[in-house]
Amino acid sequence: MIRSFNALLVRDLKLAARVGGSGVMGLIFFLMIVTLIPFALGPDLNLLSRIGPAILWIAALLATLIGLDRLFQADQEDGSLDLLRLSHAPLEIVVLAKVIAYWLVTGLPLALAAPFLGFLVALSPEAMLAMVATLLVGTPALTFIGAVGAALTSSLRRGGLILAILVLPFMIPTLIFGVSAANAAVGGTIPFMTPFLVLVALSLIAAVVGTVGAAAALRSGE
Amino acid sequence: MQVNNLACDRGERRIFEGVSFTLLPGEALVITGRNGAGKSSLLDILAGRLHPASGAILLDDAGERALPECLHYVGHRDALKAALTAEENLTFARGFLGNPALKPREALDAVGLAHAARLPVAYLSAGQRRRVALARLLVAHRPLWLLDEPTSALDTASQETLRLILENHRDSGGMIAASTHSPLFLQDAKEIRIERVIPPPSAGEGAEQSEAGEGASSIEHSPSPDLLLRPPSPAKGRGQEGETL
Repeated sequence: MIRSFNALLVRDLKLAARVGGSGVMGLIFFLMIVTLIPFALGPDLNLLSRIGPAILWIAALLATLIGLDRLFQADQEDGSLDLLRLSHAPLEIVVLAKVIAYWLVTGLPLALAAPFLGFLVALSPEAMLAMVATLLVGTPALTFIGAVGAALTSSLRRGGLILAILVLPFMIPTLIFGVSAANAAVGGTIPFMTPFLVLVALSLIAAVVGTVGAAAALRSGE
Repeated sequence: MQVNNLACDRGERRIFEGVSFTLLPGEALVITGRNGAGKSSLLDILAGRLHPASGAILLDDAGERALPECLHYVGHRDALKAALTAEENLTFARGFLGNPALKPREALDAVGLAHAARLPVAYLSAGQRRRVALARLLVAHRPLWLLDEPTSALDTASQETLRLILENHRDSGGMIAASTHSPLFLQDAKEIRIERVIPPPSAGEGAEQSEAGEGASSIEHSPSPDLLLRPPSPAKGRGQEGETL
């Protein structure tokens, strides 16, 4: 089971690194949104640093979403999904390996790139640190929630939009607590740990529910 | 492996019903039938991808393994990643499926593609991709091979290679179920023919599909027998007892 998990993880990471893979796409999308917004808002540094965490979080959410429709669809189209059913590892392990691989190539780079992009929205050093921390523990929740939608829409040709409509409502709590934790780090009345721990909890819940839910959706998909 | 009275529904329609056969170690089953008759659906059921509307599949000596863990499935789609090389695809399959057998290089050598091991699958032709997919049969031990049109896109030399691989698998006690339009030239292969269910003109029949095996030629027009199981070809040295129907 561990071998199957590792084999699939390595394969998906390789695929993401190859030409046409989803590796850098999310990161570039993230960069585009965060770069555009200061130009649109104008050079008001106070305003930017106040809404900076929200901008980064919205960008991270959209960047997670953009490649998500291909998570299972690509395997569905070329028949690999049939191969993935033949392992002695249950489908939950398959889902877990794919989602972790996806997070490693989208969520993790987003979190690590946040400090550099924080300059563009005039974040203070503490806020940058908080952004990295919240994105690091918050993006897994986004990916796991999205995986359920990706599994449900895997057999649809243009499933991207339906996927977004399906999963966005469930991503809103993560967004709320992610932004409020990042804001709490630079001031405000609530301590940082309160929303941060809720964010951690959301990720843990999403990891369980998302894995089981996506596997169930794939099973019923045929 | 024993298959009893299998029926399949796709959507609201009954595709076939009353499919029964026994497959012993070393035996091969060739599934024929017109386009859309349900050959692939039958293989999908055997692979555990579709749930049968009725009937059962029994596999001896499976232990705690589920049916999908005992089989290889090579379908219409080759299940290869175009961005990865042939060797990487096979390395993944070998690690993922468990019970590793031949090394990816050796398996590619067996299908005559050793020179293409380093090429991304995207650069290969349809026949070469099919051969890489068939090489997957060799990288992991599985007793049952399910092949959906294995010879499509293969040239005659590769078809002969495939035949040798299949016979080799049977000699070592493996089982094969293949749907095909072109003859596979397998020795003593059982044959099962699937006919599309003709929509019954009225209700109230369906209990009598079990003796469909006999009137072989009148089957096209008779309303009630939904499925024709042609008795296996007379030359059968291996499995006399496991009779169809």
